Amino acid sequence: MSTTVDEMARRTGAMSSAELAGGRESRATVGDVTCANPRMVCRDVDVFYGSTQAIKGVSLDIGKNEVVSMIGPSGCGKSTFLRCLNRMNDTIDGCRVTGSIKLDGQDIYDKGLDPVPLRAQVGMVFQKPNPFPKSIYENVAYGPRIHGLTNSKAELDEVIEGSLQKAGLWNEVKDRLDKPGTGLSGGQQQRLCIARTIAVSPEVILMDEPCSALDPIATAIIEELIDELRANYSIAIVTHSMQQAARVSQRTAYFHLGDLIEVGETNQVFTNPKHRLTEDYITGRFG
Amino acid sequence: MSNSHADGAPPKRTIDVVNASLKRRYARERRFRLVGLTAVILGLTFVGLLFADIIAKGHTAFVQTYIQLPVTFEAETLDPAGTRDPETLARANYQAIIRDALRSEFPDVTDRRGTRALGSMISVGAPSHLRDMVLANPDLVGTTREVWLLADDDIDMLMKGHINRDLPESERRVKDQTVGWIEQLEAQGRIEKRFNTIFFTTGTSREPELAGIAGALMGSFYTLVLTLLISFPIGVGAALYLEEFAPKNRWTDLIEVNINNLAAVPSIVFGLLGLAVFIAIFGVPRSTPLVAALVLSLMTLPTIIIASRAALKSVPPSIREAALGVGASPLQTQMHHVLPLAMPGMLTGTIIGMAQALGETAPLLMIGMIAFIVDIPSGFTSPTTVLPVQIFLWADSPERAFVERTSAAIMVLLAFLILMNLGAVLLRRRFERRW
Repeated sequence: MSTTVDEMARRTGAMSSAELAGGRESRATVGDVTCANPRMVCRDVDVFYGSTQAIKGVSLDIGKNEVVSMIGPSGCGKSTFLRCLNRMNDTIDGCRVTGSIKLDGQDIYDKGLDPVPLRAQVGMVFQKPNPFPKSIYENVAYGPRIHGLTNSKAELDEVIEGSLQKAGLWNEVKDRLDKPGTGLSGGQQQRLCIARTIAVSPEVILMDEPCSALDPIATAIIEELIDELRANYSIAIVTHSMQQAARVSQRTAYFHLGDLIEVGETNQVFTNPKHRLTEDYITGRFG
Repeated sequence: MSNSHADGAPPKRTIDVVNASLKRRYARERRFRLVGLTAVILGLTFVGLLFADIIAKGHTAFVQTYIQLPVTFEAETLDPAGTRDPETLARANYQAIIRDALRSEFPDVTDRRGTRALGSMISVGAPSHLRDMVLANPDLVGTTREVWLLADDDIDMLMKGHINRDLPESERRVKDQTVGWIEQLEAQGRIEKRFNTIFFTTGTSREPELAGIAGALMGSFYTLVLTLLISFPIGVGAALYLEEFAPKNRWTDLIEVNINNLAAVPSIVFGLLGLAVFIAIFGVPRSTPLVAALVLSLMTLPTIIIASRAALKSVPPSIREAALGVGASPLQTQMHHVLPLAMPGMLTGTIIGMAQALGETAPLLMIGMIAFIVDIPSGFTSPTTVLPVQIFLWADSPERAFVERTSAAIMVLLAFLILMNLGAVLLRRRFERRW
């Protein structure tokens, strides 16, 4: 894997404590980390890259049919935390996760648990659109095919059409399903990746800055899509855009240097932040 | 600029400083280009000289001198019993009918010495050629036919001008008498150079005019096929494991360093290893494509592993994440996505490794490929030699006619090497991925 421990450690430590405005204050999470109808429950999660601690005791719930956004300055650990939720961090050598992360009551870091079916349940959309260099059809068909979700070609076609429709891409690509996915525009590629993710019918979708490589129009389409997807899935989204977090999410979590500083209803976090660091960040004093 | 000068000179503008140095900078650039161009031209000149020399020496090997004689297939000599039994025909004295044909062509030669000189104009391979003709068509017995017979290598050299007719008789291999006969045949149009099919269809021989590269070519082919079958799967598997699955620790570092070291080991050491391990311990038959392939596989493995790892590294990690993200297992990720994308690079490395193996001589000398083997190999365990070793052997032979054969064999070997490298380039062009 290209991401090494050192690199991740450097990224998470990008912001030294000297840059922080003011002295040390409590890093205990402010606000209610739980939610009424949780799908994923994370408690006291620590993540280490080698000897560097990237995440410090983070607890957070992700509820059914809600969008949780994670914001914070670069290197604050929000992506690292997101990647813990489907064990994508397993691919990084020297990465260690402690604490408990449960999906529907099942600890996903349990020794006996296989990360492969977990990733079918917790799908992921990445920062940079990364369609396979294959046809649009094959891109979406790959997941259902390897998991054996469909029994016939007709059924598979149906799943593909359904996924592309949910991702809002069907009308644009229905006549060229055999064309390479890499030939689409950036926004279309990202929607293709979303279609690929929902084709395996996951329960949770993780999105790691899905719009950072897209123009405002493509971003608007994806945001609309996220809102529609909320009806069927739980979504955790990492974003650098506070406006985006405000637009798409119901709850917002603010990360700072590996700590989860504040969690709350999105409205409350943006209009009435309780922690000074949160306030500094959303008012643009740093970050 | 605000920097004041101590000597009171007016302050210079940056652009003046830049302009002053510009000329020098461009001159340096021109010199560098000139040096590069010279190096390229020099390199190309040497390659050109090499090719010109080889082609100049070797092109004559592709034609061979034949002498036309009216051969009478005497029934009395060949088949006295008249049974047309193939066994009798096969054992008959064809040398005798060639002698008779020569005698009737040059009736004035009667002494023993003259007769022997006459006979030596025709290759020792000619009788078996006549035998094959008769065996293929027994009806020839009792008839007279005009037959083109293969000339001896000395006659061939004379015809190609490698033996100078103007030299005094004592200084050339072909005597005046023979030259006279040749000139007589030339006047009758009974001697001519024809395309040398023997060179491509037979194994080696002590007689230059009967020596061909077919044995060595087939030996190289069998060896290369087996080398590919052994080294490609092992090399790709090793690269895949080391690059994608193995934990990165001191052991894998050690392995990596040693693979790189192995690539730099002199090839003769691999030959000694093959002799000590494959032949002495495992009893693999020597001089066979099997043992050659084992040794060459050891030699090409580092090349393939290093190229394959580089190819795997160049596959963007986002593809792996995408596959893992939809729930593909690590092996599925590799097999379905990473490997197909890395394959062109891997194949390029493999072809380069194979080209290296095709041209390798030293280790094969150690494992008995240097033996004089006339037969064309029929499989992976029949004794054989390979092209570069054949070239080495011919280069060592004293006969003048082997000089052109050596060069011709080099031309064949180079043609295959160029074809393989061209294949590698085309493969890379064809399958290069655009993200």
